[in-house]
Amino acid sequence: MNKTYLRLTVRKPSLNAPIVASQSDPNAKVPVQQMPDLRRRPRLRELTINGFLFLCGFLSIFITFGIVYELGKESFLFFRNRQWSSTNKPLAADINPEQTVFEVEASGTPLQTDMNYRIEGEIIHIDAIDGTSLTVQRGFDDSQPAAHRAGLTLEAELRPNLLEFITGTEWAPHNGKFGILPLLTATLIVSGVAIVVAVPLGLATAVYLSEYASPRAHNTLKPILEILAGVPTVVYGFFALTFMTPLLRSIFGADTVNIYNMASAGIVIGILILPFVSTVSEDALSAVPRSLREASYALGATRLETALRVVVPAAFSGIAAAIILAASRAIGETMVVAIASGAGPNFTFNPFEAAETMTGHIVRISGGDMSYNSVDYNSIFAVGLMLFVMTLILNVISQRIVRRFREIYE
Amino acid sequence: MANSSNGNYAIKADKLSVYYGEFRAVREVDLGIEPRRITAIIGPSGCGKSTVLRALKSLCELIPSVHTEGKVVFGGRNIYELDVDPVEVRRRIGMVFQKPNPFPKSIYENVAWGARINGFKGDMDELVESTLKSAALWDEVHDKLDQSGTSLSGGQQQRLCIARAIAVKPDIILMDEPCSALDPIATLRIEELMHDLAKDYTIIIVTHNMQQAARVSDFTAFFSLSEDGKRAGTLMEYGETKHMFTRPEKKITEDYITGRFG
Repeated sequence: MNKTYLRLTVRKPSLNAPIVASQSDPNAKVPVQQMPDLRRRPRLRELTINGFLFLCGFLSIFITFGIVYELGKESFLFFRNRQWSSTNKPLAADINPEQTVFEVEASGTPLQTDMNYRIEGEIIHIDAIDGTSLTVQRGFDDSQPAAHRAGLTLEAELRPNLLEFITGTEWAPHNGKFGILPLLTATLIVSGVAIVVAVPLGLATAVYLSEYASPRAHNTLKPILEILAGVPTVVYGFFALTFMTPLLRSIFGADTVNIYNMASAGIVIGILILPFVSTVSEDALSAVPRSLREASYALGATRLETALRVVVPAAFSGIAAAIILAASRAIGETMVVAIASGAGPNFTFNPFEAAETMTGHIVRISGGDMSYNSVDYNSIFAVGLMLFVMTLILNVISQRIVRRFREIYE
Repeated sequence: MANSSNGNYAIKADKLSVYYGEFRAVREVDLGIEPRRITAIIGPSGCGKSTVLRALKSLCELIPSVHTEGKVVFGGRNIYELDVDPVEVRRRIGMVFQKPNPFPKSIYENVAWGARINGFKGDMDELVESTLKSAALWDEVHDKLDQSGTSLSGGQQQRLCIARAIAVKPDIILMDEPCSALDPIATLRIEELMHDLAKDYTIIIVTHNMQQAARVSDFTAFFSLSEDGKRAGTLMEYGETKHMFTRPEKKITEDYITGRFG
């Protein structure tokens, strides 16, 4: 009896070990307490899962760094290496390695003096142009002079530089115009319009859902908002083109509003990011403790005063973060602008004009039949890096705001 | 109920019942509160003390499922009549909550806020200073009025909440276990403050602490669950504190006060 009891409850050090208590005191009614086994047990499953979770986290960080590296490298090469762009201007006749004066056809883009051009592997420097006759230095920049056949086209040398990139107002890489401002302003105008639409609507929705809505209204509205977040962006794009644009044209006149325009795309992106603003803001508002609302009501505040002057300020950090996240979503949004805001960079501040945003430009260049290693193709990495830097800055600002203004509620 | 009233109450509950949905949490309470006195409400947990307190101030109706029956007479009107504005009632009856809940605004703004939304048109700096002085907080905070109210200690926060409540010049101050989250020293300061405030205000305090009730109050109301098994909060006994704590009329009151249950 006694032995059975012991076997069930304690771990015996070894099979032959004497059970001291029962030997020393055979008549004991209460079994003497044994020391608990506190040895560390190996927990294989815990370890495996631990490792797996670490790998998942590591992978996502690794991928992020990979993307940044690739983007940074390509952009660096874009600014460091010389770029070549075809002039579509062919040689009129065969030339030999020593010939410094020769004829080209009249077709293609005009050539310029004191510029470098490339024919096959050889770089030439044009000293003078007389009609279709060129006077050049052969074998420029340590390249090897060689014979070239008639019909080969000249490629112009382009040298993008960072200052021009940031301050230039014309974007046409194949013509040596590397100013990103037209793309940048278009992006800012479209996201600006989106924010102007989304923030008031989203905030009002959040305040209504968190402070006014009955549980029933809340349970009906919230899923609908979430459906809004689930609509594919390409659908939004066509909504902008086939509904919003005609609407704008009928309001402001077809003369003022282009068929492709930034306003339409911006408004629709505003609708697209509205659920982000409203759900994240509502979470922030709901996190404000009840006691603060009660304190406000107890002072004789109305519902509106309580909502706008106590709850919203108390949730400020969360709301600001929601707005900034929505803004970076708007900046990065591609499909709507690709469909509705027009193709081709346009340096303008008029939202009713067509203009290409950075994302729209990237998608048009990379989706077209542009050949790898052409100037246009290389340039989109620089545009992409610019985009990345913008959203990164916004994220950093958002984190700063959250940290600066966060109130910790128990 | 036994009390020495001349019938001139600051606020009076008249057959007041409070329901949470179908459940009647508080049953037919008749309670007349003496002006410029401290009335303590004591009783075991869950007997509806806080609910009564909230019902006196029209705070219950903010919760959708709650409704009240009976009357609360304040300023000559039943506050539950349809043409009485609950916002105005709430302004005239201040409240201090169990846990200090200052707004995440500056100390100055915490005090000024209530006055501002109620259209105060005087010298705000002076109001803030005099209010903080009445709440015995001025000396500790006068040089950091722009700091957040939440940066103060628990006891200071609670005094700030009292200041916030009296800044709108209410007629009555309700306190729902105001010291339960505070240490004995902070508690003592609040109790001293209550004594001072009772010169100008009618104070009703819910407390779990019998010694506190005995120390601070002039009148005591004892609530308990009804004995008919329906578990509704009922006013068992009400009278002057010195009588309640020395010669309670009912056995159940005596049992509670002497610590035999609750």
